Amino acid sequence: MNKKISNSFSNEQLLKFYEKMFLIRKFEEKAAQLYGAGKIGGFCHLYIGQEAVVIGILSSINSEDTVITAYRDHGHILARGVDPKSVMSELTGRKDGISKGKGGSMHMFSKANRFYGGHGIVGAQVPLGVGIGFAHKYRNEKKISRVYLGDGAMSNGQVFEAFNLASLWELPVLFIIENNKYGMGTSIGRSAAGNELFERATVFGIKGEKVDGMNFFTVSDAAIRAREYINNNSKPYIIEMDTYRFRGHSMSDPGLYRTKDEVNKMKEIDPVLMMKESLLKEYKFEEDTIKDIESDIKKQIKDVEKFSLDSPLPDIKELFTEVYL
Amino acid sequence: MKILLPALSPTMETGNLVKWLVKEGDDVLSGDILAEIETDKATMELESPDDGKIEKILVKEGSENISVNTEIALLSVEGEEIEEKIEKPIESSQPKIPNGADTNIKEINISMGSLLKEQSDSLETKNWSEKEITMREALNQAIEEEMIFDKDVFLLGEEVAEYDGAYKVTQGLLDKFGSKRVLDTPISEHGFTGLAIGAAMSGLKPICEFMTFNFSMQAIDQIVNSAAKSLYMSGGEINVPIVFRGPNGAAARVGAQHSQCFISWFSHIPGLLVVAPSNARDAKGLLKSSIRNPNPVVFLEHELLYKEKSNVPEENDFLIPIGKANLIKEGSDVTIIGFSMSVQRILNALPSIEKLGIKPDIIDLRSIKPLDEDLIYKSVKKTNRVVIVEDGWGNTSFGSHLSYLIQSNCFDYLDSEIIKVSGKDVPMPYAENLEKLALPSTDEITSAVKNVSYTS
Repeated sequence: MNKKISNSFSNEQLLKFYEKMFLIRKFEEKAAQLYGAGKIGGFCHLYIGQEAVVIGILSSINSEDTVITAYRDHGHILARGVDPKSVMSELTGRKDGISKGKGGSMHMFSKANRFYGGHGIVGAQVPLGVGIGFAHKYRNEKKISRVYLGDGAMSNGQVFEAFNLASLWELPVLFIIENNKYGMGTSIGRSAAGNELFERATVFGIKGEKVDGMNFFTVSDAAIRAREYINNNSKPYIIEMDTYRFRGHSMSDPGLYRTKDEVNKMKEIDPVLMMKESLLKEYKFEEDTIKDIESDIKKQIKDVEKFSLDSPLPDIKELFTEVYL
Repeated sequence: MKILLPALSPTMETGNLVKWLVKEGDDVLSGDILAEIETDKATMELESPDDGKIEKILVKEGSENISVNTEIALLSVEGEEIEEKIEKPIESSQPKIPNGADTNIKEINISMGSLLKEQSDSLETKNWSEKEITMREALNQAIEEEMIFDKDVFLLGEEVAEYDGAYKVTQGLLDKFGSKRVLDTPISEHGFTGLAIGAAMSGLKPICEFMTFNFSMQAIDQIVNSAAKSLYMSGGEINVPIVFRGPNGAAARVGAQHSQCFISWFSHIPGLLVVAPSNARDAKGLLKSSIRNPNPVVFLEHELLYKEKSNVPEENDFLIPIGKANLIKEGSDVTIIGFSMSVQRILNALPSIEKLGIKPDIIDLRSIKPLDEDLIYKSVKKTNRVVIVEDGWGNTSFGSHLSYLIQSNCFDYLDSEIIKVSGKDVPMPYAENLEKLALPSTDEITSAVKNVSYTS
């Protein structure tokens, strides 16, 4: 297979992808800060370190395609183009949050941007995403349901039921395992028997592969291959992303289950920095071009922060609305 | 930029600064570890919020009980110094408290009420052309009519297609609609229920059959966490128009794992509607309304009622609104309330009740959620006495909740305690005599009516 498809991106597209990766990074750093200041409560799972996955996949996505993921969802909803202000306001639990402050960090949705959440129960989003793929096929839509799951979910029973159904009914679903090596504090070696995680889907007749999830270009190439496969064969496909989260599982994670050396070593292949280096060295972008993008994002994040703190708490009447339609 | 002592867990109020890992003048990158902080739970690492230089350390290592949000260091960030000085510190921004009426717990009932009003009352009284059919046939008609009416409606479940349905409710539908819309699933409730809910989130209207509701327990996470809560937690963005249906409760001698009533389980969950018809006519009208409803509906049938016949309108616009109970017999002395199979049990006890000279109001709830409270309270205020009959276990049951509602809304009208006749709190036994004892009996119902009436 051609491994160098992504070279066909225009300069403008490449800069856009970098901008999105940088936006997610800065957004999450700000979220960490606001959590520390007590402005964000409860659970808050940061995407820092995994940016190449979501943006690499995005580079292959048709705007009509749908996306669903678990609770580490900030990066995903931002990638889908939802206004960072409404995402941050959801984290701060305010009226202008994408879920009106009623969902929180783990529960954000946008039909307009074809993002179906934001789900807090490990593995549950996988049958749901297969159901969205079912709806695409039922309506004869040329869309792919993109279903993200973590390495932790790969030991959850309903995921295998979903693989079986997706393959049996030949549904247009792309499964993307974000293997960041730890399901909360339990390393993959202590939770998953057997070989590669994606191979667990191949027994259901689902084709797939494992790719370097720290590198935008390898992710993008795989995502485009997957898209072509699904479109040509009307069958599901699975990609296992070899990735890493630099921060804890959630904000209250002391990280006793892994060494600092391990984290530092992974930071040497920081996906955002690698993408930047690639743009500067291989694609010969001007340093200033990148700097301008970065300072625009930093400025934007300041506005996002201010907006998310100025937005009022939800009206107390919201307590009883939207239980039923 | 000021570095504040962060809250590193949802419960942390103060922390100890165990150790600085940087010193003044050090250049740091975003995410670099600056210090070790001891919280109420563990020792955590404080990461740098941005790229920059450590300008000043304000709190010495070894300091204890530092409040969250105390300034502990200053970080100079390239190009940001000037802005930083005029920027409000984070802690000064307090959220605005919105104005609004007092939170009123009744509002949830009001919002359920508006759900009821949208449906027409007049439909039931129209002059229908009727035919006597079984509940099984009535359910089949309802599904067929709605599948013709709306091409987004599809049916999935175990043995619903080629086998013609384990209880023949879905007989012939595969031939009429094809395998795209009538799908046999693997024995995989968790998976296919999740799939159906996902399809509903994207706008299809699945009818998800459980061969019996006992098997819905395999999928209860999807029903509760995905179907029931999505509308609320998405701020109204994602609704889930789905019907979960199948036989519920004890059939006949199928043992403990296949004999239980889930009405109390599902009616506990905000976001779910719960319907439990007792006869063919209601089954058709309510199933059609359930399929058209934009919310998740748990539609509980009963195997022993599938063969029961009643007059059912043949017109395809026959709908019974969800949330309307039916006063199936009007009396004056006592209100007897049942739903699904327990209505049958009440009717079986009626001759012996009437022999006592007692004339009961008999209410068939039909919908458990929303509950037709108006009709119930009106009857109770007239009769002043209440007996509730339910097949399910009595412990923390729906009947218990109903008796709470009645006493809190009709306290001054009650002339007797409320008596609940429930299933016994035991796993369902297999032996014929024991199974009979485990379920509400004619004698128990009659004697409950006698007791609330102070008749011997």
